[in-house]
Amino acid sequence: MKLTLKIWRQKNADTKGKMVDYPIDGIDGDMSFLEMLDILNEDLINKGEEPVAFDHDCREGICGMCSLHINGEPHGPDKGITTCQLHMRMFKDGDTIFIEPFRANAFPVIKDLVVDRSSFDRIQHAGGFISVNTSGNTIDANAIPINKHDADEAFEAATCIGCGACVASCKNSSAMLFVAAKVSQFALLPQGKVEATERVLNMVKQMDEEGFGNCTNTGACEVECPKGISLEYIARMNREYLAASLKG
Amino acid sequence: MGGIFNSSVGRKFAMALSAFFLMIFLVQHFAINLLSVFSADTFNEASHFMGTFWVVQYIFQPILIFGVIFHFVMGMVLEIRNKNARSIGYVKYNGNANSTWMSRNMIYTGAVILLFLGLHFYDFWLPEINTKFIQGDMSGTLASGEYRYYEELQHKFVDVWRVALYCLSFVFLSLHLLHGFSSAFQSVGANNKYTKGLRGFGKAYAIVIPLGFIFIALYHHFN
Ligand code: SF4
Ligand code: FES
Repeated sequence: MKLTLKIWRQKNADTKGKMVDYPIDGIDGDMSFLEMLDILNEDLINKGEEPVAFDHDCREGICGMCSLHINGEPHGPDKGITTCQLHMRMFKDGDTIFIEPFRANAFPVIKDLVVDRSSFDRIQHAGGFISVNTSGNTIDANAIPINKHDADEAFEAATCIGCGACVASCKNSSAMLFVAAKVSQFALLPQGKVEATERVLNMVKQMDEEGFGNCTNTGACEVECPKGISLEYIARMNREYLAASLKG
Repeated sequence: MGGIFNSSVGRKFAMALSAFFLMIFLVQHFAINLLSVFSADTFNEASHFMGTFWVVQYIFQPILIFGVIFHFVMGMVLEIRNKNARSIGYVKYNGNANSTWMSRNMIYTGAVILLFLGLHFYDFWLPEINTKFIQGDMSGTLASGEYRYYEELQHKFVDVWRVALYCLSFVFLSLHLLHGFSSAFQSVGANNKYTKGLRGFGKAYAIVIPLGFIFIALYHHFN
């Protein structure tokens, strides 16, 4: 396959970036998108040029490190996958592919396609934890009865890998899907009940302070989320938040 | 309650509450308008009641005006904040891949509805205020002694351009409601086993009510 890549190049956080064209040839449909970028980078290095910086780690859809806004969508045109799971067979010979970093002021660009998503970490620090007795009397989690429905819902919420595609896809750069998943995974379980009130208030507060936008329920996040986190979690967080505000 | 309306979730909630209020008002407005198609007398009586009953005039009317202004101002605030959350946009953004046009353009459909409200106030509300509170004529009748409301309504819909503008605005109202109805429920945290049914009902509401208004406008134009 012969392709034209239009890639966002930016030296560092303080410089302005721009789209640069890179023609590439010999791409196989069975290659992953990141392998295709590896080939481009090898090429650039051989030519003595600066390779394109992009995030990745596990390359199997579990770490949430890879990002990339590909042809107008986070994680590219396929659904329910991360960029590392995207295959070149989704594209045709002669295609032009736009590759941009995830855009949001709360995700500043560090270099080229790499963005700083530590705002997500700070939201987690604000409330994404539970208090556990570690003095030797720890209760085995399996000894606490949890109804199947709640356990399943909490598990589903916990599959969020914190990739940020929800923010990147949202026209408002809202982080509600991520925060809703993180609030729900604890709120649904007995261990999470203790801090439930402060958790939702603190995490939403931190989310707002980080400069994410306001959700207007477009539903883009749910469609683009590689883990299929549902809008139902946002509704749950809204309920939790309102109840917590009335209490606290 | 600690600053709930200063938070993103709280603002969403406030937006939804004002939307619920406006959607209920719309049904009531539609019901009275529809009377005009069936019986001029009943329409006249209903209009006179609404126009003179103090609870409607001095309690509901100010609340309604506040509701409209609040919904609009809040919508603008959200739009500005959301625009500011992404100062550098995408070169390529394929919104259609993951969301509806309606959901992404609420600010524009809303702005058209607001412009329409300006025209609508100029057409009906200002003359009402003038007759009732400036000229002090609370009788609701013409010189002939008959009620004036049906007359006035028919008179307004003679002009083809006005009718066209009204119809066009109702199309935008429909687009606004197609997203707004279910969005308001989601914002107050109602997403459960009834959501699917509610979405269907919302779609029907968003199409039937504006279509009904269009029908009424055309009916009076051609009669
Ligand atoms: S909710 Fe989905 S899109 Fe958002 S961070 Fe989690 S996994 Fe990524
Ligand atoms: S690199 Fe880990 S999810 Fe893509």
